[in-house]
Amino acid sequence: MAQSIPYKSRARIEAESICDGFVAAGASRFETDILLPAEVLLDLYGEDIRARAYVTTDPERGEMMLRPDFTVPVVQYHMESDEDPASYTYFGEVFRKQEDHPDRRSEYMQVGYEEFGGSNAAASDADVFGRFSEVLAPLGLRAATGDIGILIAMVAGLKTTEDRRVALMRHIWRPARFTALLKRFAGLTPVPPSRAALLGSDMGLPEAGVMIGLRGEREIAARIDALRADAAEAPMRDEEVELITAVLAVSETCPNALEHLRDIAVDLPGLLPALDRFEARCEAMAQRGIDVDALPFEASYGRTSMEYYDGFVFGFYCEQRPDLPPVATGGRYDALTRRLGQGREIPAVGGVIRPDLVLDLGGLS
Amino acid sequence: MTVKLGVPSKGRLMEKTFDWFGARGVTLTRTGSEREYAGAVEGVEGVDLVLLSAGEIPRELAAGRIHLGVTGNDLIQEKLVQWDQKVEPLVPLGFGQANLIVAVPQCWVDVDTLDDLDGAAAAFRARHGFRMRIATKYHRLVRDYLRRGGVADYQLVDSQGATEGTVKNLTAEAIADITSTGETLRANHLKILDEPPILESQATLFRSRLAEKSDADRTVLRALIERLGV
Repeated sequence: MAQSIPYKSRARIEAESICDGFVAAGASRFETDILLPAEVLLDLYGEDIRARAYVTTDPERGEMMLRPDFTVPVVQYHMESDEDPASYTYFGEVFRKQEDHPDRRSEYMQVGYEEFGGSNAAASDADVFGRFSEVLAPLGLRAATGDIGILIAMVAGLKTTEDRRVALMRHIWRPARFTALLKRFAGLTPVPPSRAALLGSDMGLPEAGVMIGLRGEREIAARIDALRADAAEAPMRDEEVELITAVLAVSETCPNALEHLRDIAVDLPGLLPALDRFEARCEAMAQRGIDVDALPFEASYGRTSMEYYDGFVFGFYCEQRPDLPPVATGGRYDALTRRLGQGREIPAVGGVIRPDLVLDLGGLS
Repeated sequence: MTVKLGVPSKGRLMEKTFDWFGARGVTLTRTGSEREYAGAVEGVEGVDLVLLSAGEIPRELAAGRIHLGVTGNDLIQEKLVQWDQKVEPLVPLGFGQANLIVAVPQCWVDVDTLDDLDGAAAAFRARHGFRMRIATKYHRLVRDYLRRGGVADYQLVDSQGATEGTVKNLTAEAIADITSTGETLRANHLKILDEPPILESQATLFRSRLAEKSDADRTVLRALIERLGV
């Protein structure tokens, strides 16, 4: 009989049942608008979100966006409430343009589960990951994990100038640009002729040029000073570049990855606090009954997704269906709460499941 | 059914298109009054001339409402998702050449590459509290280009005309637009980034991959294409 139920109804039923499971485990229900003010989302995610989300206009409220995900609304909701700690679950449609994959759905259901304010990050990470593993267990998916916090610690611990660390930090989420910057800081790529000419001259501001635009003389002069200062610095040492390459290449089971990263940390001690957190998470996972010894860890995992994951990241994939996007994804996003909280920061970790893909793979029941 | 050929409905682009077809023995003419968008084709049988705004031709080709169309590949690539699955470029027509480029104020002596643009955007956002604005009407192409170039902390603002003036008017910090000689840019105190252009464009004859064709239409299309020597 199931075949006679419309596909979207079945996805909704699947979503409800997953959501009910989270409620039974103590989460509060959350619900929000489909039509969201675009400004906050655009400011947070930048121009990339415009390529992925549907933007429309309201004559009174200005630019609006069809809900691309629930993260921002749920963070805002939590930050306005007095509950702390708290956990929430929700389900509903999200909308994403699929320019590169027109065969994929642009309107689909998400079920989410988010934990806020947990004082023990390792335990919260393990708890969220454990819940997702348990829910998805019938599908036999492959889990992927990573930790953006380790990459942040890696950059923060580099022996180079503050400006270079800041520039690299900004591009952790853009691997190609990150590598290009690294090569330039290490003197491995030639200085562009225009830059060489600028630095070679004692030219300050243009003699004949007309000043136009909002970016003023002082800003231009400040950047020239910064470029000069950088040019006067010694290139980053090859050893530092090799350490970064080594960290980014780590891809093995959690215990082996931890051991490997600890070896690298002998020369990059800035990694140690992040590795202690990784170790604590592994222990918390083991206590929760997760088979950590077999769980894969990739240091580069999660780098190309949303910029606001800044710790543990995970995804669940169907190995037999490489054409499908991940069935579930999630991670820690303390940095997002910091941006939205105007100075306040709340530990936050959570994830989403796509019930439509769960159905495509045969369903959970 | 007849074979439908879409051609820009006014200006130099229309005249040059008419000249190009004329030189190959296919005469395109506007018929009726000066203001009426109707036309005729002589030199081959069974072809209808459809006069359209150049900006609408990509959509009409993709919808299969015209079989052939003349427009710039900038418009095709901006307006059509997976354009190469919807239309096939048959021949570049040798006019309407223009590059889609990013331009910044000439006074930005510290910005010549995408790397510079990204650095300047980071500092700009930190100082002004909003992302650096780049005015354009080519949102998809520019966004793709800047993403590949690793530029962050910018936003696109829509500008459907007089884009070169937006910087002076303080509604944008930089622009991305089509230019052929660069004269308008220079007159507005802007300079082109020292990078390969986002796109090199020119007027091109495209074939719709999606337009329905009867056997008779196929014969007409073959005859026309042979006549044009493409």
